[in-house]
Amino acid sequence: MRILVVEDDPILSDGLRAGLSLTGATVDAVATCEDADNALSTTRYSAVVLDIMLPDGSGLDLLRRLRGRQDATPVLLLTARDSVGDKVSGLDSGADDYLAKPFDLDELAARLRAIVRREGGRAGPTMTYGAIVLSPADLSATVSGEPINLSRREFAILAALMERPEQVRSRAELEERLYGWQEDVESNAVEVHIHNLRNKIGRDAIQTLRGVGYRMGTVR
Amino acid sequence: MRSLRLRLFAILLAATGIVWVAAVVWIYVGSRDEVEHVLDTRLQEAARMVASLASGLDNLPGNSVPAAAQPLGSYERQLSCQIWSLDGRMVAKSSGAPDQQLSPAASGFSDRIIDGEPWRVFSVEDADHNLRVMVGDRVGLRERLVTDLIKGLMLPALLIAPLLGAAIWASVGQGLRPLRQMAQDLGTREPDDMRQVETERAPAEVRPLALALNGLLSRVEAARRHEREVTAFAAHELRTPLAGLKTQAQVALAADDPQVVRGALEQIVTAVDRSTRLVRQLLTIARLDSDAVDAPLAPVAVGPILEEIVAATPRHERTTVTIDAGVRTMVLNTNAECLQLALRNLHENAVQHTREGRVVWSAGKNAIAIEDEGPGIPPEELDQIGKRFFRGRLRSPIGSGLGLAIVKLALAKVGAKLTISNREGRRGTRSELTFDI
Repeated sequence: MRILVVEDDPILSDGLRAGLSLTGATVDAVATCEDADNALSTTRYSAVVLDIMLPDGSGLDLLRRLRGRQDATPVLLLTARDSVGDKVSGLDSGADDYLAKPFDLDELAARLRAIVRREGGRAGPTMTYGAIVLSPADLSATVSGEPINLSRREFAILAALMERPEQVRSRAELEERLYGWQEDVESNAVEVHIHNLRNKIGRDAIQTLRGVGYRMGTVR
Repeated sequence: MRSLRLRLFAILLAATGIVWVAAVVWIYVGSRDEVEHVLDTRLQEAARMVASLASGLDNLPGNSVPAAAQPLGSYERQLSCQIWSLDGRMVAKSSGAPDQQLSPAASGFSDRIIDGEPWRVFSVEDADHNLRVMVGDRVGLRERLVTDLIKGLMLPALLIAPLLGAAIWASVGQGLRPLRQMAQDLGTREPDDMRQVETERAPAEVRPLALALNGLLSRVEAARRHEREVTAFAAHELRTPLAGLKTQAQVALAADDPQVVRGALEQIVTAVDRSTRLVRQLLTIARLDSDAVDAPLAPVAVGPILEEIVAATPRHERTTVTIDAGVRTMVLNTNAECLQLALRNLHENAVQHTREGRVVWSAGKNAIAIEDEGPGIPPEELDQIGKRFFRGRLRSPIGSGLGLAIVKLALAKVGAKLTISNREGRRGTRSELTFDI
């Protein structure tokens, strides 16, 4: 999951970045509507965490612009105002969920997983491909009921491939899912992670299409 | 008098009464003169008539026919006539005329007291026939004539007076109806009904009141809107740091990596510092708002206060602060606490926004200015700065949006003024305090 956090308070923004990273998400943080607009037009995010009161405008306007561009990226609003009227206007502006400050980090992460899941067309909390079952809530995975140990990045790559198993994902696409702006991407990182994944879930579970990318293969 | 209606009623009644009394006096005086003139003419004519009649008679009887006494009540026999010979012998008299000679005067008008009663007499002398004719009437009768005339006028007026009073009372009530209606309209309103009062159809006298009321309603409405905005901003400014604290605390609890834990704990310390400052500023505002700060003026040396503030405020490494000599030696007649609040918040603003460069305090005539080399203030935000919780586009990450509001409140207490502008020809902001001396 790659999440965009739009929040101008530096401490909260830092906390969200650190906290969501712990749940396996890759987080980019911006502090203004302008930066958020730029980020959203250049990068595909799994979800956006959006504060309403921003220095250069209202998060609600940003949300309306986003929906106006037919961008369906799930959006969770964070706001200090928690009256019913504010919640209604937030949801009616195109938000998928709403949390009032101060909130619980675990609840935020769970709500984010829920709206991301629904956007991917899944209702259940787990992702399944053959014998492989992923549980994004606790970053756990099983193959034929046997728990396997995946690192945060391995989990992220497998989840990306399993979202649409028939679709080929390019290396760049996977890198984008793995790394935020601040992080340096090692040139062969994706290959290393794929290699480790194959060792854990089976050689043929992930197919390599030379020069194109990767997709799910056959699971024993 | 408390009641407008009662007041108008009294004024109208008094005015009507005065007009009436004046009219009565006028009519009385005018009628009396007129009656006097008419009756005098009658005396004159009667005397001449009797004289001409008497001159035709040679043998006048020496005594008169005694007349039955007439009550004074009627106007009959008003006139009494005596005919005397020139040697002082009464030749004749009309019935009811007194025996005493009516007038000693030979001819013309005279006023006499006869039997204790004032008389008016006209005498005519006819030397050829050795006669003197005197015709007189009682002055009392004349007075009664005038009095009766006035009474005749007054009686209906007195009967009408209560009717007139009632009519005035009702008319005043009717005239004041628009006021009553407005009061009724306002009295039945809901507390948050800030609709403007109808002024188009209001009478000219009531319109200024209605307009003033509308002005007040607009101001109250604006104040309420402002209060709602402040509440919304306050909620944001208070809940956001709390959300940051909680998130960082949960990160510290959940993370295994000691570096992440340490980072989160450091952020918590920073967040607590910032929240402390926010609470301090909120308390300062509340104190300044509640008028609890009595700000007696006294000579205050600016230099030591400012040096203490500068020493206590952290700043970016490559920012220098200069206090001009003019400020160091300046003494102002003001309040030390208010001055300190204003200077500290302005200084904090300047050093927070100047990441690199010079912050300069300088003195003018009864003025202190601070110039920074920060990003300045976007022109469209210049009239909004100083509003509570307003933080501009180029906000500092640790600001509360209360600093300039505190400066304005503190300066208002000591009658000083704050002017904030972008520096001309270069980057940065200039804030100037002007003190009334």
